[in-house]
Amino acid sequence: MRENVVIRTVSRLAVPFIQVFALYVIVHGALGAGGGFQGGVAFASSFILMIVAFGLASVRKRLSNKWIVVYSVLGITIYAGIGLLCLFMGGNYLEYGVIEAILGIPHLHGYLLDAVEIGIGITVMAVMTSILCDMADKGGESS
Amino acid sequence: MKVKALLAVLFIGIILFWTVEDMPAFGDPQAPATQYTGKLYVESVLPDIGIDNIVTAILASYRGFDTLGEVVVIFTAGISVTLLLRRGGRL
Amino acid sequence: MIEAFYELFLSRYNYWMAIILMLIGLYALIAKQNLVKKLIGLNIFQTAIFLFYISFAEVQGGTAPIYLPEGVDALYVNPLPHVLILTAIVVGVSVTAVGLSLIVRIYEEYGVIDEDDLMQVVRGR
Repeated sequence: MRENVVIRTVSRLAVPFIQVFALYVIVHGALGAGGGFQGGVAFASSFILMIVAFGLASVRKRLSNKWIVVYSVLGITIYAGIGLLCLFMGGNYLEYGVIEAILGIPHLHGYLLDAVEIGIGITVMAVMTSILCDMADKGGESS
Repeated sequence: MKVKALLAVLFIGIILFWTVEDMPAFGDPQAPATQYTGKLYVESVLPDIGIDNIVTAILASYRGFDTLGEVVVIFTAGISVTLLLRRGGRL
Repeated sequence: MIEAFYELFLSRYNYWMAIILMLIGLYALIAKQNLVKKLIGLNIFQTAIFLFYISFAEVQGGTAPIYLPEGVDALYVNPLPHVLILTAIVVGVSVTAVGLSLIVRIYEEYGVIDEDDLMQVVRGR
């Protein structure tokens, strides 16, 4: 697939648009249709297009193993961390209304929801890319 | 083997078809699923939380703990595939 | 007579379609010998269950569960089954991923994927 000019050119043009659209889907989880899971999978599909069109080494160069593991732990830490923050401020676990009542900023409930969705999106993106990178590896090890 | 599997599947199918006439019709507005819990969620999202998307509000706020468990499930699946398919040494 | 036909078949056609898909998936899971085909049968079975559950959420004349602007009165569909199935879809993807990686390891270790040949190779060792 590396020798075909049409596939290489179209993939190179399409990947930035797919990534911007995936970010749009993640951030608009509260206003319209969208959310963390859907946007995360759409972002991972841009990396899968790069693996199919350019080979495995092009994605390994940009997302090494260490960074994939760091991203997947970062997303779930954001989610659990916001829950613990609500616990320290005197409410139950994951009760966003307590922070809004203490700090007094309007619409904080909606903003915390958006932060949680971004965390979910990061974890789902990292895990989907990691699964496909591991399955596409052909026995020879690349670190 | 295949004949026995086919007979077992047909037996299960007959039992399932027998219960269809007790189910509510497709799109019934008086079905019990939409009368109690569904109406409660639709009416109470705008005063409590204030965002427009009802499904995201239920997913991340009313049932936020289930979503945390689900993110842990997908993280565990990613780690399992890495541990199974990594041949040759360091993680 | 026409009343009975309408009641049982035409107004509940979603349950019939879901049950037929479920039976196809169950047959593929039990009766096929190849391991990859068994996994595909499991996926078909899961999809039939999702369709069956989401068809409970439909209300006749309803629109998507996102609030319309102020003053417009509308009937919304039931949002709760959509939320539960979103979780279930992700669990299904995880199970498929781990199952496929197990099949890759079995093939590297024993050299066969067919169920009968696999039992012979394992007993022969």
